[in-house]
Amino acid sequence: MIVCITAQGNNLDSEIDPRFGRCSYFIFYDTETKTYEVFPNKWKEAMGGAGTQAAQFVLEKGAKKIITGNVGPRAEAIFKLAGIEVVLTSGKVKEVINNL
Amino acid sequence: MIIAVASGKGGTGKTTIAVNLALSLENVQLVDCDVEEPNVHIFLNPEIFEIHSVKTVIPQIDKEKCTYCRKCSEICVYNALSVIKLGNYEKPHGEVVFFSHLCHGCEGCILLCPEKAINRGEREVGIVKIGKKENVRFIEGRLNISEILAPTVIEMAKSFINKNIPAIIDAPPGTSCSVVASLKDANFCILVTEPTPFGLHDLEIAYEVTKVLKIPSGVVINKSEDDTLIENFCQKNNIPILMKIPFDKKIAEVYSKGWALIEAFPEYKEKFLELFKKIKELQK
Repeated sequence: MIVCITAQGNNLDSEIDPRFGRCSYFIFYDTETKTYEVFPNKWKEAMGGAGTQAAQFVLEKGAKKIITGNVGPRAEAIFKLAGIEVVLTSGKVKEVINNL
Repeated sequence: MIIAVASGKGGTGKTTIAVNLALSLENVQLVDCDVEEPNVHIFLNPEIFEIHSVKTVIPQIDKEKCTYCRKCSEICVYNALSVIKLGNYEKPHGEVVFFSHLCHGCEGCILLCPEKAINRGEREVGIVKIGKKENVRFIEGRLNISEILAPTVIEMAKSFINKNIPAIIDAPPGTSCSVVASLKDANFCILVTEPTPFGLHDLEIAYEVTKVLKIPSGVVINKSEDDTLIENFCQKNNIPILMKIPFDKKIAEVYSKGWALIEAFPEYKEKFLELFKKIKELQK
């Protein structure tokens, strides 16, 4: 399963970014292969609708679970429609992955 | 002739100037383009006899035709559309989520959908009221609460202007899209300011807007006391100072009661007629 974690930095030692749509990086962690991919968030500075586009991007990447600090109402609506589990938490990305 | 009353800074007296100038003239239209917080009606007390709905175009997705290709979402600069492709079914399956409050009604998605799966829908974003008070024909644009498309409402309000009678436009404060929409096609712009550093700073940017739009302008100094700051700026840029209204508690009291200045102080009618005359001369 692919898990998407919003991160403040581009590696597993980073803190979880408390914002979903306007986070700094998306880390996609594959629980089967134990590998990960990092993407900077293109919509971090978007004028509006950052969450809608970020949610669409995360779904395209095949994530089935989202771990972040907080999700805005628009992104939340999209995840609900797509039936994606959203976990709100804080701490280091590495710790979250170890607990998966 | 269309005269717009604008100012960079809020609370300088745009509405005071617009309302009193209109009330001083014989046959005139007063258009409240401050659609986010229209307040001309408070001072004018017009009788309203028409209300028009202002609509914007929204996309309506035909789920029978949609292949969830994401083209609409990619081209939307306002990020108003999200496309979710769900599962692997024989027939394309998913959801197109439309966020109406992000949409600016450009119709790009409708034009560019490769499947022609997007139809034109409509949604109300505001209203335009038409009314009258004595010799003043009143037009007011009013944006619905939580909406963002102020220029759409402003343009609709302005479409009701009768070109054969002078029109006075009460513009919103600032220098944003709504101000540009209000000033467009005006023949003259009155820039209302106050003799403070804030007043000067925002007058400077408002004046820049009138220059870009190529609209001749003049300044009215409200709350006038020591006006050196404003006068120096106007002199340097060759902007005429058309009128001054003193910083006077009596004027503030009248305003706080929702009265027009010329109702309480009829001697101001002459001054507003003088202002109109000056603008007409500058037009020549």
